[in-house]
Amino acid sequence: MLRTLKKIASVGIVSEPMPAAEGQWRLRSEIEARILATLGRALCIRHVDAGSCNGCELEIHALTNPYYNLEGAGIKFVASPRHADMLLVTGPVSKNMVSALKRVYEATPEPKLVVAVGDCGSGRGVFCPSYAVCGRVADVIPVDVEIPGCPPSPAALLQGIAAAIAVGRS
Amino acid sequence: MDLVKLGLTAQELPGAVPARTIRVNPEQFRAVCQEALTEGGLLQALWASDERDSGSGYLLRVALQDAQGLVIVELPITNEDDGYPNLAEIFPAADRMQRAVDDLLGLKSWSGDTRPWLRHAAWPMDYFPLRKDSHPPESAAIRDEHYAFVPVRGDGVHEIAVGPVHAGTIEPGHFRFSVVGEKVLRLEERLGYTHKGIERRFQGMAVEAGQRLAARVSGDSAVAFSWAYCMAAESLSGTTPPPRALWLRALWLERERIANHLGDLGALGNDAGFGVGLAQFSRLKEDLLRANERAVGARYPMDVITPGGIATDFDDTQRRALKADISPLRAEIQVLREIYDDHAGLQDRFVGAGRVEPGLARKLGLIGLAGRASGQAWDLRTDHPHPPYDQLEVRMCGRLEGDVAARVAVRFDELNESLLLCEAILDELPIGDILAPRAAPTAGRLGLGWIEGWRGPVFVALEMTETGGIRRCHPHDPSWQNWPVLEHAIIGNIVPDFPLINKSFNLSYSGHDI
Repeated sequence: MLRTLKKIASVGIVSEPMPAAEGQWRLRSEIEARILATLGRALCIRHVDAGSCNGCELEIHALTNPYYNLEGAGIKFVASPRHADMLLVTGPVSKNMVSALKRVYEATPEPKLVVAVGDCGSGRGVFCPSYAVCGRVADVIPVDVEIPGCPPSPAALLQGIAAAIAVGRS
Repeated sequence: MDLVKLGLTAQELPGAVPARTIRVNPEQFRAVCQEALTEGGLLQALWASDERDSGSGYLLRVALQDAQGLVIVELPITNEDDGYPNLAEIFPAADRMQRAVDDLLGLKSWSGDTRPWLRHAAWPMDYFPLRKDSHPPESAAIRDEHYAFVPVRGDGVHEIAVGPVHAGTIEPGHFRFSVVGEKVLRLEERLGYTHKGIERRFQGMAVEAGQRLAARVSGDSAVAFSWAYCMAAESLSGTTPPPRALWLRALWLERERIANHLGDLGALGNDAGFGVGLAQFSRLKEDLLRANERAVGARYPMDVITPGGIATDFDDTQRRALKADISPLRAEIQVLREIYDDHAGLQDRFVGAGRVEPGLARKLGLIGLAGRASGQAWDLRTDHPHPPYDQLEVRMCGRLEGDVAARVAVRFDELNESLLLCEAILDELPIGDILAPRAAPTAGRLGLGWIEGWRGPVFVALEMTETGGIRRCHPHDPSWQNWPVLEHAIIGNIVPDFPLINKSFNLSYSGHDI
């Protein structure tokens, strides 16, 4: 126990300021302020893998490490679409995931935002054309923001999430 | 394996992978596989191809692993309806691979499970993606399918259906638990949700473009798949990458292993209720990814390996920086290991959970990291060391207990080993070219790649056409062998331990579903 506490104390707080929606690293209060102005509370995100190679999942995981202090900014990942404000969808939408993705979308309460993650999610991936994929998340459910990248970095993911909140406000 | 005893003559296959090929009839097919099992061999992969354009029907291939390397057993199949002997009677892991062959090519084993595997209800039953005369359906209606799970009946038995969308940030798959109270009687997996038609997508691609696709078979094993793919391509063109390129490939492979092990150790702590573990290990992983980005401009070096060598080099300043990071990382891991080892709550969850005894592991063909935690001592880096591993002294890490604690311990041990390897590589990194002169790959021959990724051995079989496009590429992830073993590991455990046991294997959905 003592060793655990010592480790926590010696590492300290490594969290960095949040990037601005436009790209430069600025004060984290900007994303936080947008979330508060739009939702008035924390932003709850549900991740859906619609056939990704799992590269995007690695970066979504990275987003939850202490450097990005996601929950500190009022963003959290939830276990059910019924608890979510936003869907973060990865992959080119394999045909075998189409009905599951549609059901997740339907289960998410209105108003809802959808962010398509990565080159695959935004229709620029290596897997299309193929008999087994649809090719783009927007072909299957309505999408607000597409984040390019293979995979997009955690900073790019944050910018895309912030951009979607801006869409939600307008 | 003594093939002469069976009256068969094998041909050596040129390339970096020690491999022989033999062509057999159905009777010999069974005899060779049985002999491989008797002598302690393993099933590495099973795949088939449409050879009707060259007038010889179809060809089923099986890669068997023995002490000398690989034996590629080739069984010609004249007509679709001829079928082939059910290999699952000898190697249980063959079952799902055979079902995938049926889904993609319409070739059935004589007595195996006939339920579809990769094919759900998204395209018509008469469409076989890997048949050359088969055209993709214009637009097929996507329906919810009925899948015949094996029912478990008895007093108080009920089912819990989980997935394909799971509660965490993980890939999709369906788990059907049959339970009494909290105790799991049976788990049946239903996978294939991330099937992207990668094997058909490979067809006709240029050899360089194929690397990008190979790297994305399973994103967490991008380096392993890239290297295996390039190794296969290089064996077809007779190319040997320059020494610096091979050493750099090993550096990135070991760093991929370190990154994944760090991530898994954090997640395993978290799944047992120890959030500090996740915070600390995910911080260390992020440090590693950022160092990758400084060195080659990519957090995940997915496309650093290219046919003939390496696409992105780094200078001596970066070399020294990568080297300087290793000691502090090792010290941090050591402290965290002591914290994990001394934490009664963690050990209580880890020890004895999801146990796969060595005997069962052997019978089911458990391989890779999970195999080594159950006494299956195979590691390509020590069994068949290809350059630069032949000049590095790799120590294989293993345990006999086969539980979550053993899979945690093997990850800790392998972290230390990979850090030592990275230090040695960065110290002795040869200077010089990073790319061999381009040479065209030969058609009409099989090229193999075989690399010990962080999860286990990654295998790629590649064939090219006369015009320089890919004729057939089969990428094989070790998750194919290990997913069925997870069904056994959970038996008798409680449902709430499943996430922990599942994470301790951390198998790939995408790499399996291809």
